[in-house]
Amino acid sequence: MSGLFRYALQRLVLTVPMILILLTVIFLILRVLPGDPVSAMLGGRPVPPEVLQSYRVKMGVDKPIPAQYVTYIGGVFRGDFGSSMRTSTPVLRELFSRFPATIELAIFGLLVAGILGFSTGIIAATRADRPIDHGIRIFHIASFAMPLFWLGLMFQVFFAVKLGWLPVAGRLGGDVAFTFQPVTGFYVLDAIIRWDGRSLADIVLHLILPALTLGVAMTGLLGRMSRASMLEVLGQDYVTTARAKGLRERLVVTRHALRNALIPIITVFGLELAVLMGGAVLTETVFSWPGIASYLMRSINARDYTAIQGSVVFIALFISVINLIVDLLYSVVDPRVRY
Amino acid sequence: MAQSDTVLLDVKGLVKHFPVRKGAFRRVKAAVRAVDGIDLFIREGETLGLVGESGCGKTTAGRSILRLVEPTKGEILFRSRRMAGTAGGVKEVDVVKASRGEMKALRRDMQIIFQDPYSSLNPRMTVGGIVGEPLLVHGMARGEERKKRVADVLGAVGLKPEHMKRYPHEFSGGQRQRIGIARALVLDPQLVVCDEPVSALDVSIQAQVLNLLEDLQREFGLTYLFVAHNLSVVKHISNRVAVMYLGRIVELASTERLFADPKHPYTEALVSAVPVPDPDYSVDRIILQGDVPSPVSPPPGCHFHPRCRYAVDVCSKDAPVYRDLGNEHFVACHRADDLHLQPIHDRTTGQTGGPAA
Repeated sequence: MSGLFRYALQRLVLTVPMILILLTVIFLILRVLPGDPVSAMLGGRPVPPEVLQSYRVKMGVDKPIPAQYVTYIGGVFRGDFGSSMRTSTPVLRELFSRFPATIELAIFGLLVAGILGFSTGIIAATRADRPIDHGIRIFHIASFAMPLFWLGLMFQVFFAVKLGWLPVAGRLGGDVAFTFQPVTGFYVLDAIIRWDGRSLADIVLHLILPALTLGVAMTGLLGRMSRASMLEVLGQDYVTTARAKGLRERLVVTRHALRNALIPIITVFGLELAVLMGGAVLTETVFSWPGIASYLMRSINARDYTAIQGSVVFIALFISVINLIVDLLYSVVDPRVRY
Repeated sequence: MAQSDTVLLDVKGLVKHFPVRKGAFRRVKAAVRAVDGIDLFIREGETLGLVGESGCGKTTAGRSILRLVEPTKGEILFRSRRMAGTAGGVKEVDVVKASRGEMKALRRDMQIIFQDPYSSLNPRMTVGGIVGEPLLVHGMARGEERKKRVADVLGAVGLKPEHMKRYPHEFSGGQRQRIGIARALVLDPQLVVCDEPVSALDVSIQAQVLNLLEDLQREFGLTYLFVAHNLSVVKHISNRVAVMYLGRIVELASTERLFADPKHPYTEALVSAVPVPDPDYSVDRIILQGDVPSPVSPPPGCHFHPRCRYAVDVCSKDAPVYRDLGNEHFVACHRADDLHLQPIHDRTTGQTGGPAA
């Protein structure tokens, strides 16, 4: 266990230079791009140069780029990610308040992807080359190829507008929004803590479409990986060994094949998280989901430098921590892996 | 070896065809005739060797007998001691027709040792789990009793009880094969199909494992179907040997007779290919022409005729009958009676052993 701990620590220490490099690159790209927060805010209206200059001074973009860089990085090392150039609220506070929304969406999206991808992959592998396998493979490819935002829009059109079963967007319905009192920011959890059934139902209904959109979009890769990995394992002698022992086929698949097939699938699961954050940007935008990704999207439109930099670092940290957890999971899943 | 005259396993007309699917609708277009009608029997306590080239169907035959692949046709009669219900009694079961429940019971009596000790052990299970699982599946022992049984069988194959907590990847190839053997033996089976159990091992380890298999046979009264492509190994361990070519048995006889007096040209070629550890011996090896034909469309008549140097007209027209020449020397060759084939080189006399008949 101490080896595991040392490994985790090593990985965490390594994220520091990674974040620094990432910050520098993002910082430079933003300054190279045309436009700045001031012109974005004014939207091309004619403004006297003095006014323009006064805004630049206020936002701190009047100084030379190296000076801006030093000021910013210095702040980051003191835990100060600056304030949004657009709204003047501290970036970190904004990120923390939006973080639970994104995580909640991600968790339920992953849940959908996990259940859907994993089960269809296994069904396809155990019935390889039969009609159901072909059907599932077409579904996987379709899910992989479909643009996520389009899928989200179609869901909205169909389930929300045409059928009217589910809300179109947002996290809360109008009436609930007035009465519901968040605790942690994870609304599903909050509703349970408050023991508020009516709000819980509303929250879950709002969650279904975005989670489904994100989940279905991630199903393809996961499903294809599950199928391939499972097929490989099913061809191994130890699966035949399990049959020779007299095990029922269901146990052969679950107890012997599945556990081994899981190892490469977990890798994909970890990598999918990076895809997930990209997908979250689109999903949150389509469903007006008040998370980090939609904040990032709005900040980009406003050329809100500090907000963009803060969001990117936040997301990068999140992904690297998740990947660390996935790497540590290997040693649980595969006895051959030792740290 | 404690051999008896009782026939433990009697295989009649065993066929296994694998369908070949093609086209957009995956219709069955042809069949790979992996096993194309074989007859053999194994007596209690003996070792029957099954030899042949890669792809001749010997592994499929072994696995079909255990129904690890579903046979297409045929009868596999097995005299089960356990399924009789009464002590000392036996019950003859047709493995092919056995129900699911019967099959589960039969799994206790018929086990298999695989070729590759690296892929035949589940990497995520401990040795104790791998060897002990069959006891759980069949409800034979649990808890401390199960541990003890596993420790006993590990001891029997030359491993230690403390190995139970380890994982397969912590062992060498030879040790892993011992684990595979322990796993097969923990149910106290009557018949063990050894599917090339030593061909994946180093030569020095091969001898150890072969000796272990012989010791275990004596100790537990096991019956082996020993599938292999290495003739020296088969000659060493078998009481009788069956030679397979393209899904059929071409010759079956006691080990001495088969090597001293082969009756099938294919056996002759195989026997001549066995390396002789004698530097003075000039090799007179029969090199077969061409490759093994595809088992999807085997040649008409005798499957071996395109490569046979003794082939005559009839060989390409009629399939030879698989018959007993006397003394349980079975052969499928039109010219078995008039050919005088070359036996194995006997290194003790430096001469080729004379034909027995």
